[in-house]
Order: sequence, then C-alpha cells, then structure tokens
Amino acid sequence: MMASRREFLKTSGALVILFSLNDSFSQSTPARLPGSLNGNRMLNAWLRIDPDGSVTIFSGKIELGQGIGTALAQIAADELDVELKRIKLVHGDTALTPNEGQTAGSQSVQDSGTAVRFACAEAREILLSAAAAKLGTQELKVVDGTINGSLTYWTLAGEIDLKKEASGTAKLKPAAEHKWIGKSIPRHDIPRKFTGGEAYVQDIRLPGMVFGRVVRPPSPGAKLDSVDESLVKRMPGVVAVVRDGSFLAVAAEREEQAIKARAALAKSAVWKESATLPPSGPALYEHMIGLGVPAQTMLDKSAAAASPAKTLQASYTRPFQAHGSIGPSCAVAQWEGGKLRVWTHTQGVYPLRGDLANVFGLEPAAVRCTHAEGAGCYGHNGADDVALDAALLARAAGGRPVKLQWTREDEFMWEPYGSAMVMKLGGALDAQGNIVSWSHELWSHPHSTRPGQSKGSHTLAARHLAKPVGAEPVRDVPLPAGGADRNSIPLYEIPNVKVTKHLILESPLRTSALRTLGGYANVFALESFMDELALAARADPVEFRLRHMKDPRARAVIEATAARAGWKPGARGNNEGWGFAYSRYKNLGCYCAVAAEVTVDRKTGQVRVQRAVSAVDVGQVVNPDGVVNQIEGGIIQSASWTLKEAVSFDRTRVKTRSWADYPILRFDEVPQVEVVILNQPNQPFLGVGEGSQGPAAAAIANAIASATGKRLRDLPFTPARVKAVLA
Amino acid sequence: MANFTLRVNGSARDVSVDADTPLLYVLRNDLELNGPKFGCGLAQCGACTVLVDGKPVRSCVTPMSAVKGAVETIEGLGSEDKLHPLQKAFIAEQACQCGYCGNGMVMSAKALLARNPRPTNDEIRKALNGHLCRCASHNRIVRAVQRAAREIQS
Repeated sequence: MMASRREFLKTSGALVILFSLNDSFSQSTPARLPGSLNGNRMLNAWLRIDPDGSVTIFSGKIELGQGIGTALAQIAADELDVELKRIKLVHGDTALTPNEGQTAGSQSVQDSGTAVRFACAEAREILLSAAAAKLGTQELKVVDGTINGSLTYWTLAGEIDLKKEASGTAKLKPAAEHKWIGKSIPRHDIPRKFTGGEAYVQDIRLPGMVFGRVVRPPSPGAKLDSVDESLVKRMPGVVAVVRDGSFLAVAAEREEQAIKARAALAKSAVWKESATLPPSGPALYEHMIGLGVPAQTMLDKSAAAASPAKTLQASYTRPFQAHGSIGPSCAVAQWEGGKLRVWTHTQGVYPLRGDLANVFGLEPAAVRCTHAEGAGCYGHNGADDVALDAALLARAAGGRPVKLQWTREDEFMWEPYGSAMVMKLGGALDAQGNIVSWSHELWSHPHSTRPGQSKGSHTLAARHLAKPVGAEPVRDVPLPAGGADRNSIPLYEIPNVKVTKHLILESPLRTSALRTLGGYANVFALESFMDELALAARADPVEFRLRHMKDPRARAVIEATAARAGWKPGARGNNEGWGFAYSRYKNLGCYCAVAAEVTVDRKTGQVRVQRAVSAVDVGQVVNPDGVVNQIEGGIIQSASWTLKEAVSFDRTRVKTRSWADYPILRFDEVPQVEVVILNQPNQPFLGVGEGSQGPAAAAIANAIASATGKRLRDLPFTPARVKAVLA
Repeated sequence: MANFTLRVNGSARDVSVDADTPLLYVLRNDLELNGPKFGCGLAQCGACTVLVDGKPVRSCVTPMSAVKGAVETIEGLGSEDKLHPLQKAFIAEQACQCGYCGNGMVMSAKALLARNPRPTNDEIRKALNGHLCRCASHNRIVRAVQRAAREIQS
C-alpha cells in the first residue's frame, strides 16, 4: 500500500510523463497563471494521457459530495475533445496531485476547474501541433481524441512532452462548442454510494488493520490526572494503549473490542476539570462584547448625501453551531520505516501533511496523505484531528494500519464550531426613504483555524500531548473574501458606510470554518436590516433592494427570484408570509437571492418554512443539476441552522453530545425548493457551494416579520424564542 | 465468543463474535459489507439501517444475539450492473450529496414500498422521518422513492 510515486507511475502504465509537482522557477516574478495553475505551473502536474486511451486528471481539490470530480471531468473532456468516459480523476494525494491548499470557499471549479481547463486546452494544442507535423497539414479535426480519422492522442502521447510550464494562454473552446460543460451529467461517484461500493474512508480495509478509539477529555479545560492502563491492556483483542499527556487512545483487533476497551479506559480515567467556558445564552454575547477587543475598521467610506430623516439600530446574534457530519470523522494511518501514510477525508491533504510532519518532527516528504471521502463536512470538522489521532495510535501498533472513527459524542464535543457572533447594525434614511448611511459592527472568534501553518499544528490532539505542539496565531481571512467579516460590507449603493470588526482570537471553544464562515451571520444581519429599513421607508423589500443596487447581475437574480416566487409588493400575512434576501457570496462569488414562505404557529411558536425560491448566477455553469443541488441543499441546511441549531454548554462542559441534544431539520419540516439558474456562458466560474445559506437565513427572518409583524434577531428561531417575541 | 450463522442477502454466513456485538460491526468488518454505515451508535440517525425479515432495523444497536431473521443490506438489492429500482431511482434523481445517509434511506424506503406500494409524498416523509440527512437532499430522496414506486408498479 505504500507505493511510491515512481511505483505508482510504473504500475499505472504511463508511458511518458514523469511528474514534477513542485518545480520552482528561477524567474523572480513569474507571470500570473489562471486558477490553481499559478501555484502548480507544470502541465504534467494536471493531466496524463495514457496509451490505453484514457486521460487522468490530477486535482488537489477533493470530492466531498459536492460533485467536483464530475464537474472537472466535464471541463477536461470538453477542452481535450474526448468522450467523458475516458477521463479518470485523482483527487488530493500528496504523492500524486498538485497542492491546491484547502477545498474550501466554493472555489474548486473556479481554481481547479480553471487550471484543468487551461492545462487541457494547452495539451490539446501540443497534441495537434505534433499531429500537424506528422500529417503535413494544419487542417485538423479531433473526434474523441482521434485526429483526422487516423492519428490518436493515445499514440501521440509518447511523443509529446507535457513536462513543461503552462503558458496560461491556450485558446479555450467557445461555449457554443461545449459538449459536456453546461449539461447535468450524472455524478460518477453516486452509483457506488448506492450499491455498497467502496466509497468512503470508513470502507478502507487493509491487511492486518486494527481498530482504534480515542478517549477524549470530558471538557475543553480538562487534564488527565490518572488512568489504569494495565487493566485495559489485558482486555481481549487490545493491541495498544497510548497515553501521552491528556491524549488517551486504544487499538484492538476488532472494532467492538476497541469500543469496550475505550469504555473501560474512560471509566478508569480521572480528569482535572476547570471552568474555562464562557457564559451561554444571551450572556454569551454580552461576554464577547465585554472582552473589549479593539475594533478594526474594515471600511470607512463617506460621501455627500441628503440629511438623514430617520435612523435605525438593531443587534443580531448567532450562537456556536456545529458541522454535524452524519458520519463521525475517520482516518486510517500506518507507519512503515519511519514514514507515515494516512488516508483521510481532510479538505486539504498538503496542509494536513504539514501539520502531521510538525507534530512528529518529520520532513513533509516522510508523510503521505491520501484523500478518501468522508461524510459531508461543510467545512473544518474533525477530519484533520482524527488523522492525527490515528497516526498517534498507529505509532504504537507495530506497523499495523489503524482505522479510527470518532464517536458521535467526540464529533459534537470536539469539532471546531462555527463561531458565535454579534452584529450591530445602524442606518439612516433620507426623506425619500433612500439609505444615506450604514454601519456594521461585529464581534466574532476566528473562522479559520485549519491546519497548514508553517510551524506547529492546529490539530486537536497536538494540544493534548505531554509536550504540546501549539499553533501560530490565527489570522483572519483577509478581505475582500473575509473571514469573520465575510459579507459584512454591503454591496448596495450607500454613500456612507462604516464596517468594524472585533476579532476575539482566544476561544475556549474551538472555532473554525463552517460553510460560509462569517457570511451566514453577516448576511442574516445585513439582509434583515435591509428589510427593517425598507419597512421604515414604507417600501417593498424587493423594490427597496433594487433601488439601492446597480450591478445588473445582482438585479437579475433579485428580479428572477421575485418573479418565480410570485412576489406581491405590500403583501402582509396573517401568520403566513414571504421574506426576501439577496447576497453575493464573499462579495465576489456567485449571486443568489432567496424568497422564503413561512407559516408561524402562534400557540406553539413553531415556524415552518413551506417553500423557498432562489435564482442564482454562478457565471458559466458546468453542471446545472450540481448547481441546483448545492443551492437547494444550502437553503435547507441554512433553514436548519436558522430554526434549530445551537451548541449548548455550561461553564465547564459542552452539553451537546448527540442528535437528541442538537436537533436538525427532518423530512417533515423541509421546504419545497425551486432554483432558477441564470447561466452566463461567457463569464468565469464563480463557485456555488456557499451561495444560498446567508440569504436563506435572512429570507426566513424577513418572512416571519412579514407574517407576524415581529422581528427575530437572535438565532436560532426556536419555538420558545418565537413565542417570547410574539408575546 | 459465540458462534452465529447469519443469513445475509440470501446466503448463510458463519461468524464467531461476542453475543453483544452490534450487528453493524459484523456486517462491516467480518462480512466486509460497506452499505450499512456507522453514524451515531445510538439509533438516532438511521445510517446503519438494514432489513431483518423485511423490517428496518438499526444495526448499530442490535446485538448479534437478537438477530433472528434474514438480514438484507443494500448490497442485496442489486449491483452497479444490475440495479434495484430503488438504487436506479436514487441515481436517476441524483438523490444525495455526500451519500453517507443514503444506505438507510434506501433500506427504509424498501420496507415502505413493500407495505405501501404507492405512497404519497407525506407518507414517504413520515416513513423516512427518523433518518437524518445533513446535506439536505430530502426532496430529491422523496422524488427518488416516488420514481422507484412507479417503476416497481409498472
């Protein structure tokens, strides 16, 4: 299993092309190349053409159920002029694929897709130029890799050299000639997922493999005081017990033996706990503000404007929320001759490799991380942490591979949460009801504490070891994409805008990237406040947004959403209502508007989202059904966050342990969703995975306000909270 | 350790395990079936669902000693070459994102269609309400079950 890259190439039958993933170049400032080509500039890092008539695409972005593998294959097939079935994909392997950092930020089609596109177009040019020389003509026509009915890519593959830097100037195929891009090609990963095929890291079985479980501390501040390992070591099947500081884990021949051994270890362990957690409930937000972290000004723009006739202020909050992957995090690790091999559902194999190398004091080359799918992650869950857990345990397993899956409780208690946030908004209207000034002040913990620092590690167990491995201080994702401040700057036409951020670096509860980072809460606040201003201006919310929006693509999604929803200006419901919201994800990604229809039961406080309609512009569409799936899934997931979800804790322990403590939206609560795609075949890819969560939250809040005349500003809108506001 | 003869997907399989071992680990680790998934270990999410004598059972909390009937997993429905109408329908509707919950959805849907061949949307939602899906493919899953029901009927 520990095949080196050279062996892989030998056994996989490649004739020609040796890899060079990390070639560096002598030019001091190389020309900027499109997408991820810029950081991985060699053509052969991206594709290989094999004599057996197949093409292998190497992507540093990983499949996490978003359909990226199929989308990349569509792009490659079109630019190369080959049938889709010829395309094979290798995702995320530090021995095989380019380093594309994290698969995050809805950037896979944008970054990897753009790189694959240019690399394949250039490979095609190289193949055609070789063919022209052979055939003595420039009149060349390619059908599925066969040129002028005679020469094929597969025979030419041995004669061309893709071990060269991409120019980034290859001529791309015009949209009108696309055969695969723009079609709802069924995802290639789905059939095996519904037939019991090997689809996930959980399905990996290696010879001699043993099963691991970890005993985590009972609370974030707990330290292991004592434990009787000897008893557990004598239990049936136990292969290894690892105790290192407060890291405690066990491996056994059989999974159920590991589970029993874990229970015995947990029973015997004595921990020293301390009350390190902040207050919860409304006091949490007071606490966050009260820490007094200085504000950073993210935008302060002023211009002449009419004098304000009306001013408004409102505060919004969002609790800590969990990724809640259905399958707890899992990894397989094996040591051989001082080298570590890990199979992992990390979103970034290279960043994880760096962190593992730092923890074990190894050169990165001594660690190989290979991606295998996990359950949907929606951001930075326990994937990286469990990889270190498995590696620590495997080190004591005498060279045998260890598969370690977290329990549901491990995942809920220890995954890094989406940070709690406070947003205070202010605004002023002139006498005509136009916005003349706007302010957005926010408090948040960091939204990206992922692996991938040059020193130390952000993995969980690293901090529990007897000699803890710390991490470099966290920096927020800089604007324009932003992290805590993502989507905090309004894109509406407003002459005076001030946006400030209080980034609270210290967080006793781990926080990191949950789908959209700060975007969900900021858009919830911003688009709720737009409705509050619209109401103050006695304007229709859709008209009010259009009045302040110049960008024609934004206007188009707003208008298309309103039209499909049958939006009626001025309609106010009797406990039934529609709400509207819009955002452009990261202020530079896809454009998305959502209209949501809710019914509110005043007696029970139950809010039911009946229907949601969304129009989206993601630039050029690669796979329309993939876009619909992401927007639809995003709206429903956001409805779940918005109506139900908050991690609970006391001053010492996290109380969220199981699905009973953390209800999510179920079948009988899920709205019908309609998605309208506004395709832009001549525009760049914009990404789609995080487009709808922010606007969906605000649309629900606005719909409740429209239905009841009362506004909810504190997430989630649980029945108790709704009843309190309506009382 | 105790010896058990499990009837799984039409064949008899002998295993020697502790009697309190959850069926899930025997299916996944001894019989190397990938279909049933570990999700919560608490019968809360449904990812581990298999059929025992046609009834949906949460294999993560079902000890081997309690398994008396014939076990069917998603592998028993069909293969990529010979798909069961439910598998075909889930693929046709692209009824997942990550797909981790899909096994349980298909197995509970199979039990539903056996007792109610033409369920309404509400009946499907009710039958699957004990299954969690985090990617939010619920509406696609309901459409897939409807599609399979139509195919099985015709």
